[in-house]
Amino acid sequence: MNKILLSFLCLILVISCSKNVSPVDSGLETQTFHFGNGSEPQGIDPHIVTGVPEHHLLIALCEGLTTSNPKGGESLAGAAESWVISEDGKTYTFALQKNGKWSNGDPVTAQDFVWSWKRVLTPSLGSQYPDMLYYVVGAQEYHTHDSSQGEPQPSFDSVGVKALDNFTLEVTLNNPTPFFLGLLSHYSTWPVHKETVLKHGSIDDRNGQWTRPGNFVCNGAFQLKSWELNSRIIVEKNPMYWDANMVGLNEIHYYPVQNVMTEDRMFRAGQLHVTNTLPSQKCPVYIEEKNPDLRIDPYMGTYFYRLNTKHPVLKDPKVRRALAFSIDRKQLVDKVTKCGQIPAYSFTPPGSNGYEPDTSITFDPEYAKSLLEEAGYNENNPFPELEILFNTNEDHRKVALAVQQMWQQNLGVPIKLVNQDWKVYLNREMIGDFEVSRAGWIGDYEDPNTFLDTLRPNRGNNKTGWGNLEYDMLVEKANETQDQTQRYQLLQSAERILIDEMPIIPLYTYVRSYQLSPDVKGYHPNYLDHHHPKYIYLERD
Amino acid sequence: MAVPVLLAVATMTFFLIKLAPGGPFDAEKAVSPQVLKNLNAVYNLDASQWEQYTDYMTGVVQGDFGPSFKYPGRSVTEMIASGLPITFELAMYAILIALVIGVLSGVLAALKRNTMLDFIPMAIAMIGICVPTFLMGPLLVLIFGIQLELLPVAGWGQLAGDKILPSITLGFAYAAYIARLSRGGMLEVLNQDFIRTARAKGLTERMVVMKHAMQGGLIPVVSFLGPAIAGLLAGSFVVETIFQIPGLGRFYVEAALNRDYTMILGTTIFFSAMIVFFNLISDLASLWLNPRSRDV
Repeated sequence: MNKILLSFLCLILVISCSKNVSPVDSGLETQTFHFGNGSEPQGIDPHIVTGVPEHHLLIALCEGLTTSNPKGGESLAGAAESWVISEDGKTYTFALQKNGKWSNGDPVTAQDFVWSWKRVLTPSLGSQYPDMLYYVVGAQEYHTHDSSQGEPQPSFDSVGVKALDNFTLEVTLNNPTPFFLGLLSHYSTWPVHKETVLKHGSIDDRNGQWTRPGNFVCNGAFQLKSWELNSRIIVEKNPMYWDANMVGLNEIHYYPVQNVMTEDRMFRAGQLHVTNTLPSQKCPVYIEEKNPDLRIDPYMGTYFYRLNTKHPVLKDPKVRRALAFSIDRKQLVDKVTKCGQIPAYSFTPPGSNGYEPDTSITFDPEYAKSLLEEAGYNENNPFPELEILFNTNEDHRKVALAVQQMWQQNLGVPIKLVNQDWKVYLNREMIGDFEVSRAGWIGDYEDPNTFLDTLRPNRGNNKTGWGNLEYDMLVEKANETQDQTQRYQLLQSAERILIDEMPIIPLYTYVRSYQLSPDVKGYHPNYLDHHHPKYIYLERD
Repeated sequence: MAVPVLLAVATMTFFLIKLAPGGPFDAEKAVSPQVLKNLNAVYNLDASQWEQYTDYMTGVVQGDFGPSFKYPGRSVTEMIASGLPITFELAMYAILIALVIGVLSGVLAALKRNTMLDFIPMAIAMIGICVPTFLMGPLLVLIFGIQLELLPVAGWGQLAGDKILPSITLGFAYAAYIARLSRGGMLEVLNQDFIRTARAKGLTERMVVMKHAMQGGLIPVVSFLGPAIAGLLAGSFVVETIFQIPGLGRFYVEAALNRDYTMILGTTIFFSAMIVFFNLISDLASLWLNPRSRDV
C-alpha cells in the first residue's frame, strides 16, 4: 500500500517538475495558431458544406474571385486580381491572378470557375447554397430543371458564366445586383480543382474522397495537413499560393470544442489563441473584471421573434405591433443577455455597408395597450394564451422568460413557454406549427439584401406566412437599381412596411463575444466575422 | 440470443428514429423544396420505408453501415472505427483506476471493519457515487489544470499528461461502486467456515485474504465489470465532452441530435453488440470464479 502511495506521489512530482510549455507559448516560436472552432466541420467541400466552422477552415484552404476585407467594407482581390463592371452593372469581367496556382502547382484558370459553378448548380449534387448563384443569367433555370418531366437538362452554355480565355472570366447577371462582389466571398461560389474531384468521384458525388488529407487540392493560402476526427485539423502554409509572402502563420490548428466551458478552460490554460464563443454566464463577469482578453465585436446578425401571421389571433397587424411595442429591449440587453448586445429596432442591423434602417419601434406600453383594444381585446374579450416556441437552450429560455413577463405585465397577455429539441423546433417552424417562435439571422454578405430578401413571400426562410406585394416589389426594384443611395432608399421603404406589418419582432443585434490572446495580431473586428488567416500573425508585445 | 437481440434493436431503432420530427437536412437556413428533393434522392430517402429498411439491413449484414448524413464523404463504419479505439482506451484506463482504488479500499475496509480504515474509504466511496462526472471533471481541471498548472485541461494524446484527468474522472465514479461491492463481498466470505478453517490451519492472514477470501469475495465485482465496461464505452459522452476527447460517445449523442439516421443506427447496433458481448464475458468469468454456479 505504501509503495503504491509513494509511486503515485513520485508520478505527481515528475509531472510537476516537467511542467508543460503551453501551446500558445510554443506557437509564438513556430507561428502556430490554435483556433477554437466550435464544432466538428461537416467537411471541406465548399459546394456541399454549410456552417460557420466550415467557413473558418475554407477561408484558409480555398479562395474565391474576391475575398472579404479583414477590416470590413469593400471586397479585396482574391483569385481575381481585378474586375471591370459594365455600364449597366450586369456584366462582370474578372481578370484572374496570372500566378494563381492550385496547391498542386496547376494554374487556376477561368475554366476552373466555370466548371465549379456548373458543379454547384448540378441538381443531383444537392448543394444547399445554389441560390447564391441565382443572380447569374440562366443559373436558376439550370438548377431547378426537373428532368422527370422528360425534357433534357439544358446546356450549361445557357448560364451566364464564360471563360473568355484562361485568365478572363465573364459573368452576366439578371440584374445589376450591387452586392454581387460581396456575395463572391461566400464559399459556395469558390472553385474546386476539377481533376482532383473527378479522380475521386463524379461531378455530383457528395461522398467523394477528394477532400481527404493527401487528396485535397485547393487554391487558398493554406493546405490541408491532417484531420483527426473530432479532435484537431491542421492546415499548413501553402507555398504555391499567389500571395504566399503575405502569409505570416506556418500552421493553424482547429479544435472542434463544442462545450463552451471546456473552451473557456482551454483558453485560460493556454491551449487556444482564440475561442469560438464565450459562456454566456461568464460574459458579464469578464466585463466587470475588465478581462483584457475579452472581445465584443459588432456582428451582422439579428435575434428576433417570428410571428405566425396565419394564426387567427396574430393575423391582425395591430396585435403584432402591440406585442412589439410592449417589449423593453434596453432592459432585455442590460438585464438578461448582458454581453454588449444592442437593442434592435429594425430587422437589418444598422450600418450594414452604410445602410441605416429608417424604422422606429419604441417601448410604449400605453400605445401597445391601445392597439390591443383597437384589435377588439378588452376585459369582456380577453386575449387568448400565446405560446413562445424556442429550441432548448438556457439563453433562449432567459430571453423568453423576460418577454413573457413583459407581455404579461404590459398587456395582460398570458404566455406559455415551449422548448423543443433543435430539429423538432425547426420542423415545427417549417410546417407553421407555432404562434411565436425564437429566431436568429446572420448575414451571408455585407448588404441589407441578405436580411430583407428572406421575408419575401416565396422565400423558404420567411416561415411567418406573411407576404406583401409592395414590399416584394421594392426589394426586387432595389436589386435592379445601381445607384446605392437610391437603392438604400428603396430598401428603407421596404423595411418600413416590414416594421409596420410586424411579421417579425426584432429584439437585439448580435455581437461576437470571444476571447483572444494578446499575441494574435491582424485579427480585426468586422461585421461578417470573416478573418482571413493570411493577415494574421503571432507576436508578443 | 445475441443475433435476435441485435436484429430487434436495429429494427426498432430504424423505425423509431423515422418517427422523430425533423430530418437530417433541416437547418436554420431552410433548404428549398428542390434542394431537399435532390438530397433525399441522393440518400435514398425518397424510397419507401420498407425499401430503405431492407437496403440498410442488407448493408449491415455486409458490414456497411452506410454514409453519414451529417458528414458527407464519411462512412459510419469509418467514424466508429476512428472513435472506438479512443473510447476503448479511456474506458480501460478508467476501469484500471477503478479496480486498483476500488478493490484496495474495499478489501481494506472489510478487513478493518468498523475502524477508521473502514469509515474513511467508504465515506469517500459514497462521495464518488454521489458526485457526478460533470462536476468531478471540471473540479479536477480547476485544481490540477488551471490552479496548479500541472496537467492539460483538454485533449487526448496531443499534450503530455492529457489522458490523466479524464481517466481519473471516469474511473473515480466506478471505483466507488467497486469499493462498496468488494467490501460487501469480502465481509460475506470472511465469515464463512472455510476461512476459519484456513486460519485454524495456521495460514498467514495475507494468504487467507489473497488466496481464499478474495476469490469468492470479488465475484460481485466481476459480475459488475461486464455491464460496467459496456456502460463506460457507451456512457463516456460527458467525460468526452468535458475533456474534448474524440471518442465514440460524442458521435452517438450528436447523431441523435442531428437526426443523422445512419449514424444513430450504426452506433446503436454497435453499442448493443458491445453490451451483449461484455455481459457474456462477465457471466463466463463469474462461472469460472464460482465453482458452485457451474453445477446449476
